[in-house]
Amino acid sequence: MLGLNSKDFRLFLVVIGLTLFAPVLLNPFPTESGLAQFNAGYPDLMQRFVIFGIFAIGFNILFGLTGYLSFGHAAFLGVGSYAAVWMFKLLSYNVLPAIALSVIVAAIFSLAIGFVSLRRSGIYFSILTLAFAQMSFALAYSVLSNPKFNLTNGETGLQVYNDDPQIFHSDRLPDLPHLFGLSMRASTDIALGPWTFTLNAGYYLSAVFMVAAFYIAIRLFRSPFGMMLRAIKTNQTRLNYTGLNSRPYTLAAFVISGAYAGLAGGLLAAMDPLAGAERMQWTASGEVVLMTILGGAGTLIGPILGSGLIKYFENIFSKINDDVLHSWFAFMPDGLEDAMVFIVHPFVGKGWHLTLGIVFMLVVIFLPGGLVEGGQRLWRWITGANRKKSDDQDTKHAPHAAE
Amino acid sequence: MGILEVKGVGKRFGGLQALGDVNLSVNERSVHAIIGPNGAGKSTLLNCLVGKLIPDTGSVMFDGQSVLGRKPHEINQMGISRVFQTPEIFGDLSVQENVMIPCFAKRDGAFELNAFSPALGQKDILAQAEEILEDVNMADKRHMHAASLSRGDKRRLEMAMCLVQQPKLLLLDEPTAGMARADTNNTIDLLKEIHEKRDITMAIIEHDMHVVFSLAQRITVLAQGTPLVEDTPENIKGHPKVREAYLGEAH
Repeated sequence: MLGLNSKDFRLFLVVIGLTLFAPVLLNPFPTESGLAQFNAGYPDLMQRFVIFGIFAIGFNILFGLTGYLSFGHAAFLGVGSYAAVWMFKLLSYNVLPAIALSVIVAAIFSLAIGFVSLRRSGIYFSILTLAFAQMSFALAYSVLSNPKFNLTNGETGLQVYNDDPQIFHSDRLPDLPHLFGLSMRASTDIALGPWTFTLNAGYYLSAVFMVAAFYIAIRLFRSPFGMMLRAIKTNQTRLNYTGLNSRPYTLAAFVISGAYAGLAGGLLAAMDPLAGAERMQWTASGEVVLMTILGGAGTLIGPILGSGLIKYFENIFSKINDDVLHSWFAFMPDGLEDAMVFIVHPFVGKGWHLTLGIVFMLVVIFLPGGLVEGGQRLWRWITGANRKKSDDQDTKHAPHAAE
Repeated sequence: MGILEVKGVGKRFGGLQALGDVNLSVNERSVHAIIGPNGAGKSTLLNCLVGKLIPDTGSVMFDGQSVLGRKPHEINQMGISRVFQTPEIFGDLSVQENVMIPCFAKRDGAFELNAFSPALGQKDILAQAEEILEDVNMADKRHMHAASLSRGDKRRLEMAMCLVQQPKLLLLDEPTAGMARADTNNTIDLLKEIHEKRDITMAIIEHDMHVVFSLAQRITVLAQGTPLVEDTPENIKGHPKVREAYLGEAH
C-alpha cells in the first residue's frame, strides 16, 4: 500500500492513528482528578510533540541512517523560524508561504554548512557543525541585529509589529498565524463525562506535516538511497571502492535533514509567531541528539517517541512543585512525609533534567536500541516468543531494518 | 600491450623510498602475482593503482587511460575492483543488500538520488544479486547479517561484490592472509574457478608461495621498492636473485 510493504504500512497507520487521537490518548485522567496534571493533551504541548518529532525524524536520517553526528542541527531549526516570521512580517499571517520559505532557506543554509563540514567525518564533523551552529547563534543574537541592518532583532527575538508591511493582510483575517483564515489557535473543547478533550487547528496542521514527513522518511529508508546511506554508516571505504561517491550521498542526507529541521522551525513560528536566537543554541542541538538516541537511532519511529518523552519531561515533570509532592505523600506521618518530599524534590520541578539524565543513562546502558528496542523486548515477552526465536532475529536481521 | 601498464612509478614517504622505479605490465585474461618480502612496497604499489595514493613519478595506464589523480570510486567505475586484506563488507547490512549495492553502482553510476522507490522493488538488481549469490554458494545466507558471517564467507561475499560489477581487472591484496590451510585452499579454488569461468584479469599481491604458485601465470618479484625479476612461476622458483631477496644476502 502506498509503496510500502505491509509491515511499514501498519507502522504508518499506527502513527496516523496516534497523531489523530493524541488529544484523547494524552488526556487519560479526568479534568478534575488529582492526576490531571499528568495530562499532556493540551494544544501547546501536543504541537511541541509533533514539531520536535519532525525535527528528530530529520535528524535521524543524518545520524541514525548515515552515521554522521551533527551537533549543530538547531541552527537549521532557528533559520527556519526566522524565515517564517519574516514571511509573516512581509506578506501576511498565512502559514503556508512561511513554512515553504523556512524549508527552502534551511535547505540552502544546510547545503552550505554541509558542503564544508562533510569534508571531515567522525568527531571532526561533529565539531565543525557545532562551530557553525554557534556562529549562527552569535550572528542571530548580536551581529545581525543592529539599527542599520536588523535581521534577527537580537535578544528580544523576531516578531511581527504593527508597522510591518504585511502586504496581503486584511482586516477580515485573524491577527495571528492562520491557514486561509483558520487561526492556528482555534480550538474546540469536547466534554465527555469528566474528561475534556481539546482539538486544536495548529496541532492538526503540524500533525499533517509530521505524518507526511514520516511517510517520506519511510520511503527514504527503504529506497536505494537509504541503502547507500546505511552502507556509508557501516563501511565508507568499501562504498568508495565499489564505485560510489559518498560525498553527494552524505550531502543529500545532510540537506534533507536540514530541510526537516527548517520545517520544524517554520511550524514552531506558525504556532507562536516569535523567533529567538536561543532556538539555535547548542543545548537545543544536543536535545535532538538525546531525543534520537533515547527513542532509538536508526529506527523509524524511535525519534518520535524520544522527542515525545523529552518534551513530556520538560513540560510535565517540571511543573511538579513541593506543594504537589506534599499532597502526594499526605497519607504518611508528618516526619516521613517531609523526608519523602526532601528525597523526591531534586528529581522534579526544576530538577527534571536529573530524572531525564537517569532515564537516559538507563536506556543507553540497558537498551542501546532505545525505546524501540524496549518495546520490541516487551512485545516478545508478552507474546511469549521463546528465547531461541529472539536469538535468531538478532543474527538474521540488521537492527535498523527491523522497524 | 597489457591491460594495466605501470611505468617508472616511484613513491617516497619522507626519507623512505617505498617504490623506486616500478615497471609492470599485466596482460589481459592473465593472473599476475606480485610477491616480495615484508616492506618490499607491494601494498604501496597496489594503493597507487586504486587511487588511494598518488605516486611521485611515473604513470599508471589502465585500458588506455591514466588512473593517476582519479578518486577510488572513479577508478572502480573504469573497471578495477579491489579485494582487501581483511574483507571489507557492509557489516550492518544483509548479505543480499551487500551484493545489491555494487549492482546499483554498476547500473546507476557513482551517484543517483533514487530516494523514493523501494530498493527491494528493483527486479533487475534483485535478479543480478540472486545470480551471483548462487554462483558463490551463498544464496541460503542471503538474509543473514553480513557481520555474523564466518571469515571465509566474508571473503566469498567480498569477492561476489567485486564480481557482480564484471570488472576488467580484479586486484587482490593478500586474499589468504591469516587463513587456515583449509580456508586458503578453498580460496584458491574459488579464485581458479572465477578465473576460468569469467576470464577476469587478476593481479594478486601475496605472501604465501603456495597460493602464488597454484594460481599465477606471471610473477613479479618486488624487493626494496623495485622489481627484481618478472617471469613464469617455473623460472621464479629456482631464481637465485629471488632466493637472495627472501633469505637474505648471506645466503
